Amino acid sequence: MIEMNKLEAGVLSTDPIIVVENLTARFGDDTILENVNFEVYRGEIFIILGGSGCGKSTLLKHMIGLHELASGRVTINGIDITSADDNEMGKLRRGMGMLFQSSALFGSMTLYENVALPLMEFTRLPLKIIDPIVKTKLGMVGLSGYENHLPSELSGGMKKRAGIARAIALDPTVLFFDEPSAGLDPVTSAELDMLIRNLNKGIGTTMVIVTHELESIFNVAHRIIMLDKSKKGIIAEGDPRELKEHSENPRVTNFFNRKATH
Amino acid sequence: MPHDQYALSVTGEKGGNITLSISGSASLDTISLMLPEIKTLLEEKHPSKLTTDLGSVEYLDSAGALLLIQLENEAKRKSVPFAYLNMSDKVKGIMTLLDRDALSTSPIIPEKRTTGFFERIGEASIGFYDDIIEVIAFGGELTLEIIYSLFHLRSVRWTDVIVYMKKVGVDGLPIVGLITFLLGLILAFMSSLQLKQFGANIYVPSLLSLAMVRELGPIMAAILVAGRSGSAFAAEIGTMKVNEEVDALITMGFNPIRFLAIPKIFAAIMVVPLLTLFADLFAIIGGLVIGVFFLDLTVYTYVQQSIKAITIFNIVTSMIKSVVLAILIAGIGCQRGFMVRGGAQDVGNATTSAVVAALFLIIAVDSIFAVLLSYIE
Repeated sequence: MIEMNKLEAGVLSTDPIIVVENLTARFGDDTILENVNFEVYRGEIFIILGGSGCGKSTLLKHMIGLHELASGRVTINGIDITSADDNEMGKLRRGMGMLFQSSALFGSMTLYENVALPLMEFTRLPLKIIDPIVKTKLGMVGLSGYENHLPSELSGGMKKRAGIARAIALDPTVLFFDEPSAGLDPVTSAELDMLIRNLNKGIGTTMVIVTHELESIFNVAHRIIMLDKSKKGIIAEGDPRELKEHSENPRVTNFFNRKATH
Repeated sequence: MPHDQYALSVTGEKGGNITLSISGSASLDTISLMLPEIKTLLEEKHPSKLTTDLGSVEYLDSAGALLLIQLENEAKRKSVPFAYLNMSDKVKGIMTLLDRDALSTSPIIPEKRTTGFFERIGEASIGFYDDIIEVIAFGGELTLEIIYSLFHLRSVRWTDVIVYMKKVGVDGLPIVGLITFLLGLILAFMSSLQLKQFGANIYVPSLLSLAMVRELGPIMAAILVAGRSGSAFAAEIGTMKVNEEVDALITMGFNPIRFLAIPKIFAAIMVVPLLTLFADLFAIIGGLVIGVFFLDLTVYTYVQQSIKAITIFNIVTSMIKSVVLAILIAGIGCQRGFMVRGGAQDVGNATTSAVVAALFLIIAVDSIFAVLLSYIE
């Protein structure tokens, strides 16, 4: 495959940081995903995409262990999350960051407290060091000076950025994003894309993003998988630019070319 | 022609080729009148072929188009050939917009049928059973976390504990004080009406203080805490659940019970016994007002009589009872919050259910204590 050649040529590593094997997700009797297999490589921006209701967010929540897998295995950094105990899981989670669709900032805490929380709880750093860390993280997402704002005093885009600042507080090796640009205007959404790219380039964080925003996909993705509702699994995998031009599956080309299916 | 006017005409021989001409407006406003009119017109004619002339239709909306489709379907059902005549582009546009299949597509999830009496009893029983299982499971987890926190006091979020101590205790004190003061007043007054007849006024203070310390103090404080704080805990955690904040905590590596429930429960354990003591005190003060102004008792006698009636054992057991109640009220409040799955309505249900369950538990625990204490004493 072409994109594999590019990866092997040294653009990115092919050392998997996340391995998903035969993942099946079920809610009650309703099977959402069946036997999904893929790998996320260290340092890449990996996008999970697909139409509404195809199970993108579900897949993400299963990958980070928020929902229990019906069957299959997810290994992150060599730790199998389906069999990990609380201690291992805690350690693993501290190495991950997650930006939720609704930002999920703690409403009763200021931005400073939101970002400082993981630092205060999981490190033994003195306040003297935590303080500048929080300030630089807020600065990295363009929210310098907003330390004392409550989440309710921010716009949607600012909340998303604050969510990222909190997610990167502990310098995680993997960052998960659930529809980061949903509900944002094109400019804010482009700024967010840039932030994601800069973080990836600057810190080398692996990013797993769920989205269906075409612009974002072409702007940031190294590799994508595309999920489909009727197949309950992956219908395409690879470089989005290649898939747009050369995929043989009409559902894939329709998606990338923004064409209605009927 | 205005939008609410239309005209129908039928031409052709009975039993032969019939043409139905519609003119004017076929819209949401007119179809209710049009439909029966068309039906009677066509029933008289028994057409062998039906043509609908739409040449003079001035206005057609999706409801009007639906009427035409129904006409077509009806003709099909009776196997009468059907055709449209003089269909303008505008009419065609609306007709193609309507998804004919949508009329016959069956819903993906079958409609919830209204269930019978016994089925509902069955469903409610299963719901109740599941609920108990969930409460027991949460209770187990919570117990483990409480034990863990007692051995790792540094892991407890003490700043949160203090915030909740203020919310439950300090903020709750005025209402606890007022209500128990009035309760003391009423109890003393009502009992004095009876005891006066026997000249037994002197027993009013002891009756009141014993009743308050042994039973009413812990119960009144617990009921008020359940209403004020148990519900608030459920609403707070429930809203956090809806906003994905609980999920965020989990992904950040926090244990949500340790992070959210433990501070609330510790705060309740510390302030509910204090509120109980205040409840006792304010009730006795309420009784004192009656004693001094209506029963001609001196303050000194009243206080002395009040103290004489209660023992250290009474106070200690009442404190133990209020600690148990505190754990239950805060625990059930948190549990109901964590159970929230859907949206705003679910948060409301959780809040109501937190109060109802807490009230039930308060009375249940009080009766258990009453039986146990009667054996110990």
